[in-house]
Parts: sequence; C-alpha cells; structure tokens
Amino acid sequence: MGEKRIIYMDHSATTYVRQEVVDAMAPYHTENFGNPSSIYRIARASKKAIDTARAQVAQALGADADEIYFTSGGSESDNWAIKGIASANIRKGSHIITSQIEHHAVIHTCQYLEKEGFTVTYLPVDRYGLVDPADLEKAITDKTILISIMYANNEIGTIEPIAELGAIARNHKIPFHTDAVQAVGNVPIDVNAQNIDLLSLSAHKFYGPKGVGVLYIRKGTKIDNLIHGGGQERRRRAGTENIAGIVGLGKAIELATADIEGHNKKIQAMRDRLQKGIIATIPSTHLNGHPEKRLPGNINISFEFIEGESMLLWLDDEGICASTGSACTSGSLEPSHVLLATGLPVEISHGSLRLTLGNINTDADVDFVLEVLPKVVTRLRDMSPLYKKSGKDGGCNVQ
Amino acid sequence: MYSDKVMDHFKNPRNVGEIENPSGVGEVGNPVCGDIMNIYLKIENNVITDAKFKTFGCGAAIASSSMATELIRGKTLEEAWDISNKAVAEALEGLPPVKMHCSVLAEEGIHKAINDYRKKQGLEPWVEKNPHSHDHEEDGEGLTCQH
Repeated sequence: MGEKRIIYMDHSATTYVRQEVVDAMAPYHTENFGNPSSIYRIARASKKAIDTARAQVAQALGADADEIYFTSGGSESDNWAIKGIASANIRKGSHIITSQIEHHAVIHTCQYLEKEGFTVTYLPVDRYGLVDPADLEKAITDKTILISIMYANNEIGTIEPIAELGAIARNHKIPFHTDAVQAVGNVPIDVNAQNIDLLSLSAHKFYGPKGVGVLYIRKGTKIDNLIHGGGQERRRRAGTENIAGIVGLGKAIELATADIEGHNKKIQAMRDRLQKGIIATIPSTHLNGHPEKRLPGNINISFEFIEGESMLLWLDDEGICASTGSACTSGSLEPSHVLLATGLPVEISHGSLRLTLGNINTDADVDFVLEVLPKVVTRLRDMSPLYKKSGKDGGCNVQ
Repeated sequence: MYSDKVMDHFKNPRNVGEIENPSGVGEVGNPVCGDIMNIYLKIENNVITDAKFKTFGCGAAIASSSMATELIRGKTLEEAWDISNKAVAEALEGLPPVKMHCSVLAEEGIHKAINDYRKKQGLEPWVEKNPHSHDHEEDGEGLTCQH
C-alpha cells in the first residue's frame, strides 16, 4: 500500500509547495526570524522581505504595494472584506449583493450579517454557473453597500464576468469585492481594468504555503478592521507577521503569474483529453460548469445512479485523489449548494466528481484515471438499485 | 475515517445482487437523500436462507447493507427482526456519528422485507418497537436526510 503511486487531482483543494518557494521561505524560519516590528538587523531583514512580497503581489494584481494586506488566508480575507465594509458603511445602508454559488467563507459570513440585521441578495446563476450582469443591475438599491461575486467557482470552475460586474458596481459607486482564491495563476487579473475594489487570495491554491493570504483593498475604500491589536499592516491588520509564509506567498504568486498562458495551455490539454475520455467511455454523465468559461484544470462531472463518496473511496484505493459535491462527504444534509444552484437535480448532484489538474499531473496520470474510473463507475452502478430501474439511458427517475 | 471492517465490507461487499422470486423485499431510502437500499430475502420454514442487497449510497451505506445481510442469514425471522442498527454498526467496528444513519437504513430495510413477507403470507405486519424519527419516505420535511 505504502508504495502505491499517488495521482493527485485535487488542486482546487490545495496544492503542494513548489521547491523554489520552500527555498525562499527557509531562511525566515531560521536565521532571519526577527519580529519585523523590532529595530535590530535581523528584524530589518524580515521587514524588507515583507516589503518584497508586497511588491510581488501588487505586481501580479496590477495594484499598488500599499493596497496589499497580508492575512491568514482566503477565509479571513473574505470575512474582513464583507464584515469590514458592512460595519464601516452601516449608516449608508445595510444591503449586500452576492451570488448563490459563493464559497462558504462568503455565504456564511453573509448569513451571519443577516442575523445582525443586514439584508442580503443571493443572485441566481444559469445552468453553467454564470451570474447575469443584468440581474446584478436589477438587484442594486440605494441601500446597497457591497457587491461580492467570486472570480472563479471552486467546484465547477466557472469564471464569472468580473470586469462587467465590477463596472456595474463602479457606476453605482458601490465597493466591489471578488473572492479570487481559485483564479490566481489561472486567469490574468488586473484590479484596475477589471474594476475590482477588494480581492481575496490564498497562497496554498497556487503552490504556496497554507495559512497565508491577501486582501487587496483599493485606496480610499471605507472599511473597518477585523483583527484588532498591534499596528501591523499599516494599522489595518494586527498580529505579528507570518514572515516565512508571506515570503512564500510572494514568491509563489510571482511564479504563478509569470506565464499564465503557458501554464494554462499545458494543463488544459490534459484536462480536455481526460474530460473527453470520461464522457466518451462512461454513459449517463453530466458535465457541470461552463464548457469554455472555466478554470483550465477543472473537471466536474456527475455520474447518474451512483453516489460520490463511494466513488472517492474506490479512487483513493487506486491512489487517485479527487473530491465530490455529495452530501455524504460534507457532514451536512444537502449536496453541493453550487450544483443545486445550477439547477442540477439533487439525486444527480450526489454523484458528482471533481478532478482538478495542476502542475504535478502528467499524461500518464490522465491515462491511469481513464483506465480506472470507468471500472469504478461500472462496479458501483452494478450494485445500485437505481441503475437497473432506469433502463439503458433514462434519467434518475425513481420515485 | 472508516474502520478496517467497514472498508473490507465496502470493497468486498457480501451478498450483492437480487433474489429471483424473493419471499420478501424491503426498499428504503430516497435518491434525493443520497441513499437507497433494497433488501431481498429468501425465507423457508421461518428461517432466512438467503439475503441479498442492492444499494445506492456512500461507503457506510454499502458496508451496512453487506454486514446486515450477513447477520440475518440463517436466522429465524424473530431473531432477524431483533437485530438493531447498533448491532450492525458494532459488527462493523463502529461507524462515524454522521454515518449511523446508514445502519438505521439497514435495520429498516430488513424490517420492511420481513413485513413484506408477512403481508404476502396474510399475516399482520410486526410493529416497530423503536420507530426511528427520520424514516425517509413518510417524512415530508425536517430530518429527512440525516447523513
């Protein structure tokens, strides 16, 4: 068992850390461990390293360095953007607009604010997961204080029309936040051209370390602090800086955005072959997400008549790491809110499989998954009472 | 997250399939909830001589079906009726708390199959001693899908 090859196809969950990033971080664990707030030499080295990382992030986003704030990751950045804007603008209004397919870091934060008296509009999406800019325009009221729409969806990979949505927000002078955790390194980002006022990102999605992220805040944006305490991050985010993490994030974003086109070409070629192969060899499948406007490494397919967790267990047995939108892996009652928002029937949502390819994958990995997956699906369908009842190609029409 | 026993019964499920002309069939669960279990029984002289299953569901649902059919083979109907969901879970060396529901489904499937047989024989169906609060089919709302 221990010698089995691991085929990692869950890059949207997290990535490994690139060796160049590990190497860049190492000195800040050992010799340059000083607290950047101190004045001696080793502390000055820490301070300088943070400045470098800040410049690297600014460069990647087309922002200014003093608009970059380091956080503990995507969830903190989302919480800060939403709660911080909400509390700073409470006198102006208490209406927030977001979408039905956001990450839980956004949805649950909005639900918390609803309990505190805010009103939230959750924009619907079409069958591909796209938000319609016309819906956003219609939802805006004179009480709207924040619009938050994700850049690219973590489950189905759909890329939203961010520049267009941002332009609508700009016309109404409403701050526009985007959770770009899945987008960095896969889509060219320019906060000015795309009318973005706040942007969340997380290092461990682009071959950096876990536990460190960024909130980009456009100059002049009215926002309260989330973490109170010391004067770090220009008095905006307290807490001694995670220097090694910040250095790693800076190096990782520099590498991830150096050649997005080249990276996408390579990943997308493997993804397309895998996706076509799965659909060609396995009947009764359903591709989730947009056929073109999607992240280069993302595949999300539902297999009728079977349940996602049992698929993952068999794939894991073969060394393949993947994920599912089935309720059975989430500990909740409902399958993926994203799949349901696209109108996918609940019973088919339970049979969804997400494969997300990344730098680590090879053509041999694609071949192996194409060999294993059909067997797993057949095996589970053979023991599924739904399969026989459905006939050859009928829907999941039991009860 | 699963015990070795659960993984063993998931990967090598015992008694998968259907029985031709079964003495009793129990179908429980709901595809909307992500699990459906069909239990087929062959009963001779009040003894379960064969038990098979077909299940749509997670690893725990498949393992629970496999273990439940193992436990009731060769048992009298009275003995089989008394096998609780806890007994199924214990035989599997435990299930994660969120998956206990799957063992409940197995118990319900057996009960339904036994009562299906009793009805066919013109006998009164037995009454559940401890009806579970979340029977999928009767529950219109609330705790329907308790994974």
